[in-house]
Formats: sequence, structure tokens, C-alpha cells
Amino acid sequence: MEIDPFIFRLSIFILSIFIGYYVVWSVTPSLHTPLMSVTNAISSVIIVGAIVAALANSSENIFNSSSTFGFFAIILAAINIFGGFLVTQRMLQMYKKKNKK
Amino acid sequence: MISANLSAVFYLISGILFILALRGLSSPDTSRQGNYLGIAGMIIAIVVTFLSVENFSTSLIYVIIFLMIGGAIGAFIAFKIPMTAMPELVAGFHSLVGLAAVFVAIAAYLNPEAFNLGVTGNIKLASLIEMSIGAAVGAITFSGSIIAFLKLRGIMSGSPIIFTGQHFLNLALGVTIFFLIFYLCKSQFDSIFWALIVISFLVGILLIIPIGGADMPVVISMLNSYSGWAAAGIGFTLENTALIITGALVGSSGAILSYIMCKAMNRSFLSVILGGFGADNSSDSAKEKADQKPVKSGNAEDAAFLMKNASSVIIVPGYGMAVAQAQHALREMVDKLKKNDIKVTYAIHPVAGRMPGHMNVLLAEANVPYDEVFELEDINNDFANSDVAFVIGANDVTNPVAKTDPKSPIFGMPVLDVEKCKSVLFVKRSLSPGYAGIDNELFYKDNTLMLFADAKKMTEDIVKNLD
Repeated sequence: MEIDPFIFRLSIFILSIFIGYYVVWSVTPSLHTPLMSVTNAISSVIIVGAIVAALANSSENIFNSSSTFGFFAIILAAINIFGGFLVTQRMLQMYKKKNKK
Repeated sequence: MISANLSAVFYLISGILFILALRGLSSPDTSRQGNYLGIAGMIIAIVVTFLSVENFSTSLIYVIIFLMIGGAIGAFIAFKIPMTAMPELVAGFHSLVGLAAVFVAIAAYLNPEAFNLGVTGNIKLASLIEMSIGAAVGAITFSGSIIAFLKLRGIMSGSPIIFTGQHFLNLALGVTIFFLIFYLCKSQFDSIFWALIVISFLVGILLIIPIGGADMPVVISMLNSYSGWAAAGIGFTLENTALIITGALVGSSGAILSYIMCKAMNRSFLSVILGGFGADNSSDSAKEKADQKPVKSGNAEDAAFLMKNASSVIIVPGYGMAVAQAQHALREMVDKLKKNDIKVTYAIHPVAGRMPGHMNVLLAEANVPYDEVFELEDINNDFANSDVAFVIGANDVTNPVAKTDPKSPIFGMPVLDVEKCKSVLFVKRSLSPGYAGIDNELFYKDNTLMLFADAKKMTEDIVKNLD
């Protein structure tokens, strides 16, 4: 009997939760704020779904009901991607060691 | 154009880069490199998506335009935002992830052919369940984060909003969501899908309004987690590995942060979620006690004198420092102390501030080297051997009652042993109890000197007196 591809995705999902568990516990508490902003940025990889939705239309009708939602989602996710990574970068630049000016 | 298999491999690579991005945060030295890996992962995911589209139409131009508009807004916000506004920024960003998840789910529902999910009105069962979960969790994340944002920004009062039957209503709505998903799978009526989203928005609002200001660290972490689960739900629908991996990472990351925050307050996750903590400030007995007990108060001159004659000082910052934006003045003060060969360190309680790591970012902004900043368990034993503890804007996290009075609502919460210091300087605007509505015994100790003033002004005055 063949295994449903869903099971493979579920396996990836569950293994990733474990990876996330161990990786996040090793994050130093002083970087918890950057952790939140960077997780914010990476969860906006949802933009791939938005792009597919936005491009799935005929050339005559660029903004049909489905693709319009896709376009809106692109804007939202893009705000998050740029905003999230840049603000994380800005924060991380500030973390300096002693006597290094 | 690349094959589905090749693009799946690239999505996997971008997922791995995201894992490495989080791994980099284990130390400030590797964190910047980690952030670049994250950006690389994102670029790969987006480029691969473009390459796997089969027919390029004019809409591609629009996609790029919209991407640029969003990117410009995001970059603008990232450069303009002051560091003190970081908690509300993160809450705002969470809401965007949630709303994006809802929009993608709607797009997939309206046009399932585009995602190979079947045809309109006859979407594959598994996909339908996945997308409804993604949409529901996304909607809860969106409206919940908006409320959190409004509370953090001060537009909405930070005090909990409670009404009778609240928990029952939430439960009823939660059950309704499950029924709606069930009926959606059976009938595939559009109206049920819309109802599902509307009710989820409502649940998000109801879930956050009863939670008070100082529980915000838990709320933000929790919404962080939700945004991850929403992304994962959409990832299953789109059969996209990068999205599934990321969703799982973010989901567990937020969950761990919530756990850490709850533990630091000695409260169960459930009690935070049910909310209402700190709602009744009716602890009359505490107020009476406050009237009776004598308090020693001093001015900047006294404080400067005490610190000048100390050999070690521990700074305990809290939310009040963020409100007063006193971090730069504080750094100036510490510089002066260090010139006099006084050892200065910083002690940070996990729930100081309004989000995990809030104080660390503010101190980093003020150019405080991160190796002078210590977490609760690393520094708590040092208070006994130090001369002065300078408490600025913190309150409940220093309250010895948590160790002594089993009846206190914060009993059992790990606190900083500030009272063990030879003397304690406590900067505070008034004697009012902290967020938890509990009187702080520390105020009345013999070795405590209260400095009644705005945190920033007081620190600046001390700096002047240190010359």
C-alpha cells in the first residue's frame, strides 16, 4: 500500500517542531526580542502562497476575487519580511562586547 | 521554469537556512550571520516560487510592484521605529502574518485549481481542513495581535476587561469553530467559510481583552506561536515544505517563550489566558499598611553619595525605565561610576518589561556591553555581596513577599534578592503598588532609600551629583 504524501509532510512538521524546541532553548535570553522579530520575518514565507494566488489568473482578468486576496497578502507579507529582518539586524548591531567601540 | 521536485528541494534548503538563522541567536556573536542566512532563505523561497510559475502573464509585474510597496513600508518602519516601541511593533507584525494567512486561505478557497486542491465546490477534504485551520488560527492571531498592539501602544487601557460569562462565551465560540469546520467539510457552502473567519476574528479579540498589561510578555509570545501554527496550516494546504518547517519552528519558539515567561511569573499558562490578574486593586489592607509604615526617602544627592562610596553596584531595570526612556541617562551614570573604579552589573528578570528580552534590547541600544548584563539565576547570589542595588522602574520582580508570604498572589514567583544588598535605591514615582496590586515590602526596609521622581530625571540628577 502506498503512503499518503500527507504523512510525509506531517513527519516533516513534527520533526521540525522538535528541531525548533532544541534550537530555541539554546537561544540566549538576552536575544529573545530579536528572536521574536526574526521568527516574525521568517513566518512571512507565507508570501509564496500569496504569489501563487496572485499569479493564478488569466491575462485579461488580473484582479479576480482570488488573486486580489493574493495581492493583498503579498503586501502584508512583504512588510513583515523587510520590516522583520531589518529591525532584527538593527537590534543585533547594538549588541556589543566590552571595550569594543 | 523548474520542476516541482527541484523547487521542493529549494524550499527544503530555505527551511534549513531558517533553522540556522534561529541557531545563530544562541550568542550575539553569531546572531548577525544567522540573520543573513535567514534573509538568504527568504530570497531562495521567493525566487523559486517565481521560477516555478508556469505561464508568465502581465500580473507578474503587479506582483513585483506590490512586493516593492510592502517592502518599502516595512523598511521604513524598521528604520524609523524607536527601540522602546519594540513590543508593539512585534505585536503589529504578528497581526500582519495572521491576516496574510487568512488572505492566502481565502484565495485558495476561492481558486483551488491554482493550488491543485480540486475544483471550486469540491475541494479535497484534507486541504479543506488544513485551510480552515490555517484561516481560523490566522484570524485569531490577527485580531488578538491588534488588541495586544492597542494595549501596548496605550490606545487601549492595559487593564483587563472582564464580564460575566466570558469564559463560557469563549468556550461556546471555540466549539462553534469546530462545528463550522465540520459542516464546511460536508457541505462546502461559502457562507460557512466566511462565518468561520468572522467568528475566529471575534475569538481573537475576546481572548486578549481580559489579559492585563504586565502579562503582555506571555501574550506576545503566545501570538508569536499562533502565527507559526497558522503558517504551518497554510503550508500543509499549499504542500510547501519551507512553510511547514517555518511554521513548526515559529510555533514551538513562541510556545517555549510563553512557557519561560509563565515560569518567571510562577503562573500557569491557563491562568494567564483566562486573564483578569491584577484586575481588582482592592487590597485595602495593603494600602493601610502603606500609610502606617515609615518610608525613608532621599534625593539625587544622597543617591550619588551612596553610590560613590560603594565598590559594587547592581542595576535592576524594569518597565518604568522603558516608559521614561531612561536607558541612555542610566548608561551615563554607570560610566561615571566605572570611572571611580566601581564595579557595575545589570540584573534582568525574565518578565521585566513588556516582552521577552525587552530590557536587554534597550540596554544594548544605550551601548551597554552585553557581557555586563546578567539574567536572574546568574546574578541573584551577587546581591548579598554588593553594596548598592539601583532599582529603576522595576517593582513586583523585586518584592520579597514572593518568598515570604504564602497568601500573596505572587508567592513563589522567582524574584531578584535585592533586599540582600547593603543598601537599596528605589527610583519610583510614588508609593503606589505595582501592576499586581501588591504592596512592595522593600519600600519599608531599613536599608531602602526611596527616590521619588521620574526615572530619567532622577538618573540625570544623579549624574550631575556624581561630578
